[in-house]
Amino acid sequence: MNSHGIEIRWHGRGGQGAKTAALLLADVCFKTGAYVQGFPEYGPERMGAPITAFNRISDKEIRVHSNIYTPDLVVVVDETLLDSVDVTAGLKEDGAIIINTPKSVEEIIPSLKGYKGKVFTIDARKISVEALGKYFPNSPMLAAAVAVSKVMEEHEFINEMKASYEHKFAKKPEVIEGNMKALTMTFDALRDSL
Amino acid sequence: MSKKDRMSGNEAVAYAIRQINPDVMPAFPITPSTEIPQLVSTYIANGEMDTEFIPVESEHSSMSATVGAEAAGARSLTATSSCGLALMWEELLIAASNRMPCALALVNRTLSGPININCDHSDGMGARDTGWIQIYAETNQEAYDNFIQAYPIAEDKRVHLPIMICQDGFITSHAVQNIELNEDQDVKDFVGEYNPEEYLLNTGNPIAIGPYSISNYAMEARKAQEMAMENSKEVIIEVAKKYKEKFGRGFELFEEYRTADADYIMLIMGSAAGTAKQAVDDLREKGYKVGVLKLRVFRPFPADEIAKALSNCKAVAIMERTESYNGHGGPLASEVRAGLFENGINIKAVCYTYGLAGRDFTVEHVYSIFDELKDVDLNNKKVKQHRYINLRTKEEN
Repeated sequence: MNSHGIEIRWHGRGGQGAKTAALLLADVCFKTGAYVQGFPEYGPERMGAPITAFNRISDKEIRVHSNIYTPDLVVVVDETLLDSVDVTAGLKEDGAIIINTPKSVEEIIPSLKGYKGKVFTIDARKISVEALGKYFPNSPMLAAAVAVSKVMEEHEFINEMKASYEHKFAKKPEVIEGNMKALTMTFDALRDSL
Repeated sequence: MSKKDRMSGNEAVAYAIRQINPDVMPAFPITPSTEIPQLVSTYIANGEMDTEFIPVESEHSSMSATVGAEAAGARSLTATSSCGLALMWEELLIAASNRMPCALALVNRTLSGPININCDHSDGMGARDTGWIQIYAETNQEAYDNFIQAYPIAEDKRVHLPIMICQDGFITSHAVQNIELNEDQDVKDFVGEYNPEEYLLNTGNPIAIGPYSISNYAMEARKAQEMAMENSKEVIIEVAKKYKEKFGRGFELFEEYRTADADYIMLIMGSAAGTAKQAVDDLREKGYKVGVLKLRVFRPFPADEIAKALSNCKAVAIMERTESYNGHGGPLASEVRAGLFENGINIKAVCYTYGLAGRDFTVEHVYSIFDELKDVDLNNKKVKQHRYINLRTKEEN
């Protein structure tokens, strides 16, 4: 934490929902009374291209409008980015990184260029396929970001997300339960490592 | 009463447009402003407003149709960015010279080339001499508040000019942030009904709009237009006062942030002003006497007011998010320096070009600029009067 609050950087590929996850995080934090910022960095937008999105969450008004270079938390939505993007660049030593991968923390650490802070892995594919029947990594990764950053309590997050999904998927209520299940499964998977 | 919410800058402007419910909106999509007509047409489809939306084939047509609708007596607007604004060039001048109080939601994006979709002010600055009022926003909140003030300014009898409400592409337009929204009815009451004095569909009082003018009269028309732009300054201030009385958020021609005792001031427009304010707070904690002058109204240009506001500082950094290719800075620098000269104020004024085509601008850049201003002032450091910030290659200064 600094004067800009908690700063989070998302790495994903176009089409995976990293931007949507960042905007959802801003949304859910807003509902708990925080000052929020959620924004994507636009390059040549196309499916599969690396994209970055950002969050600032603070109890003070947020006035800075630049990208985030020294994040408290990095969320990697696509493991294959580890080969091509320097995801730990500027990441604080007392911060954390979450990677979407079936690998264990020990297996993934060699790919993190000597990063000394906390490392978490989450198998968002497995969770998403089990909960939703399809691969949408953004719900599990959003839950992981909340669990690790502790920007709000688990029950608070779950309640807000339920209301949010009920509003968002008013015309597709069949996907609400699966998305909620993905969130709780993610919290359960991370519980022992937090 | 106001409602706390969170939305992007585009969503905020579309929300304001829904509350105002103007008569006609012709529009053609272009990144990053596309969401504005998209959201407005959704509001219309959902029956939440009854503006006549006209999907046109180009921005040349969207501004032509906006002028046409306004001339017919309808409250009109459009939205665009970058090359879309460039394609409206001819009609921008027609809107202003025909004294059409229409509105344009401009989401600032760079002009080609290299072709790029990100923010700078080259589109708005390119249109600076078209006769439009131009108001810039730091945040989604200001874009929203400014838009609600647009018609009361433009339609005032002393003004009768078109108005451009600008926000930074992506940085503001696509970033979700906290916002306070006014009640629908309060916005409608504030903006009021449009009652044009003269209009084409008024069959009882036929007029011509946009006829040929011989040289004997054309120059007087321009002078009248120039006087209207001068008049708009007091109207902008009056409308801002009324807005503050009703909604609590106040505005001026520019905002002076911690400038009262400042030795060094950064003059800046748009979203980067927020970053500059944060940096000023950080530096103040270390004992630096620094401040920010955030320019809100670029047209009419408050040259004398700015000169007065800068008269007690030792050096100013004029931050330019465009390039004039004139060899010594951009339009802001030229106009601020002219104002200083006219008012006999001889302070150091360095022009810094930053943020072109979406290049990032951070608090660290602000620190370095204030350090340099201090060096220029105290140690007589010689620097070029026009410099670039955050280049990949080391600039030869």
